[in-house]
Amino acid sequence: MMARLGGLFKRLPILIPFLWLLIFFLTPFFIVLQISFAEFQYGQPPYVPNFRKVAGLGDFIDQLRMMTTYSYSILLDDSLYWKAFLSSLRIAAVATFFALLIGYPLAYGMARAPRSIQPILLMAVILPFWTSYLIRIYAWKAILQKNGFLNQLLTQIGVITEPLTLLSTPFAVYLGIIYTYLPFMVLPVYSSLEKIDPSYGEAARDLGASGFTTFWRVTVPLSLPGVIAGCFLVFIPAMGEWVIPDLLGGSGTLMIGKQLATELFNNNDWPVAAAVAVCMIVVLILPIVVFQRVQERDQLRRQEGG
Amino acid sequence: MRGFSLFNIVALTFGFAFLYLPIMLLVIYSFNENDLVTVWTGFSFKWYGEMFANRGFREAAWVTIRVALVSATVATVLGTLAAVTLVRARVFFGRTLFTGMVYTPLVMPEVITGISLLLFFVNFDIERGMGTLMIAHITFTMAFATVVISSRLIDFDMSLEEAAMDLGCGRFEAFLRVTLPNVAPAVAAAWFLSLALSLDDVVVSQFVNGPGSTTLPIKVLSSVRLGVSPEINALSATLIGMVTSAVIVATIIQKTRSVREA
Repeated sequence: MMARLGGLFKRLPILIPFLWLLIFFLTPFFIVLQISFAEFQYGQPPYVPNFRKVAGLGDFIDQLRMMTTYSYSILLDDSLYWKAFLSSLRIAAVATFFALLIGYPLAYGMARAPRSIQPILLMAVILPFWTSYLIRIYAWKAILQKNGFLNQLLTQIGVITEPLTLLSTPFAVYLGIIYTYLPFMVLPVYSSLEKIDPSYGEAARDLGASGFTTFWRVTVPLSLPGVIAGCFLVFIPAMGEWVIPDLLGGSGTLMIGKQLATELFNNNDWPVAAAVAVCMIVVLILPIVVFQRVQERDQLRRQEGG
Repeated sequence: MRGFSLFNIVALTFGFAFLYLPIMLLVIYSFNENDLVTVWTGFSFKWYGEMFANRGFREAAWVTIRVALVSATVATVLGTLAAVTLVRARVFFGRTLFTGMVYTPLVMPEVITGISLLLFFVNFDIERGMGTLMIAHITFTMAFATVVISSRLIDFDMSLEEAAMDLGCGRFEAFLRVTLPNVAPAVAAAWFLSLALSLDDVVVSQFVNGPGSTTLPIKVLSSVRLGVSPEINALSATLIGMVTSAVIVATIIQKTRSVREA
C-alpha cells in the first residue's frame, strides 16, 4: 500500500504544478500570440469577444493560415508604439541605475551593521514591500501634487515662490519606480554582501590597500551576483509598468505597459493589445532567460556547497 | 570592520527615510479632519468613520479576503510540490521548461500575465469573477511560494529523510513526518507572502475580474485616479497597520520557534 502510494507520490509532485503552469501560464501565451494575428472585429469585449476564438489544435493551425499581420503593421506604422517602447526602456534603465545608487549604500550599511540588529534592518526593508504597492504609489501623489508636501516644504524654506509642477512628469514616474522597486535591489545586494568573509577585506588592508581600494577591488566584485540579480528584478518589471505611469505620469509619459492597457480597456482593440504584449515578451525574453540562468546556477552552487 | 561608520549611518538614515517618510506622511494625514489631504487643520477620526460606513469598500474587502485565502492556500500547496520537484529531481524530461515556467512569473511584467489570462479566459468562455481571480492569483503567487520553500529545502539534510525510510517509513510518510515539519517555517512564510501578494494585487486583478468581483485594490485604483482623498488615506493607513502588525507577529512567532529549537 505504502509502496504504491510512494510510486504515485514520486510523480504527483511534478505533475500537478507542471499541469497547472502548462494550462494557466504557457497556454495563455499561445492564445495571445494567436490573437495578435487575428483580425479586429467590432464588439463589446467584456461580454462578446471581438476576435475569433481558437477551438482546439486543428483550428489553431487553420487560423494560423488565415492570420494577418494587421496588428503588427499598426505597431510599425504608428510611431507612438516605437516611442513608447524606447521610452519604457530608457525609464526602466535610468530607474534601475538610481535604485542601485540608493540601494547599494543602504545594503552595505546593513551588512556592516552589528549582527544583532541586522534582522531588524532586514525586516525594515521588507516591510514596505508588504504594505500595498498601490498605497505606496498613492503616497507620492500627495507629496508631489501642486499643494502637496514637497511644494509646501520648498515654499516654506524659501527655495521657491511658485509651486512646481512635479506630478504628471517623467520625474514623478522615475521616483515612483525607484521607490517601489528599491527593496528588490536592496535584498539581493544585501544577501551577497552579507556572505562576504570579513577576512578578505582585512587581508586586502594588511597588504596595503586603502579603504576605497579594498571596497572597489574586493567588496564590489564579490557582491556582483547580488547587483546583477537586483538590476534584473528592478529592470524587467519596471519596463512593463502600467500603474505608476498611469497614476504619477499623466498623459506626457509614454510607457508600453500603459499603452497595452489603453488599447485593451479604452480602445477595445484586443488584437493590437495582444501584438504589443508579444513585442514586449520578445524584448524581455533575453533578460528573463539570463536572470533564470543566474538563479539556477546560484541554486546549484548552494546545493553543492551545502 | 563591523559597526557604524559615518558613511554607514548616513546611508542607512537616508535609505530608510526615503522608504518610510512617504508612508508615514500618509498615515499621519489620515487623522487630518480637513477635506484637503495635505493641509493639516486638526486631529480627527472622521475619515475612518466614513471609510467603515462605505458599503462598496466593505464588499470589496470581503471579495479580496476570500480570494486571497483560497489563492494563498492553493499556491502554497502547489509551490511546495514544485519546490520538492526542483530541489530533488535533478534530471527529468521538461526540466528546463518547468524551471522556466516556475521562475518567469517572478519577473514577468504583470500586464503581460494579465492580458494573457484575460484572453485565455475569454477564449475558453470562462466567465470572469472570483474564480478567475483565484486562478490568476494562484498562478503568479505560486512562483514566490516555490522560491521561498525551495531555499529552505536546499538546506534540509536529506539523510534525515533517508534515516526515517531506513527505519521503515514509506517515502510519503517520511516526507510528511520528517521533511515537512522541518520546512514548516518556510511553508508558513510562503503562505503569508502569497496572501500578501494576492491581497495587494491590482494589475492582474484589473484584467481578470468580472462585474461582481471588484477587489479592494481595484476600487482604490479607480478612486486614486481621480485624485487624493482623505478616505483613501484612512483606508491605506488601516491596511498598513494590519500588515505591519501581521508581519511583526509572524516574526515574533518565528523568533520564539527558533529560540525553542536552539
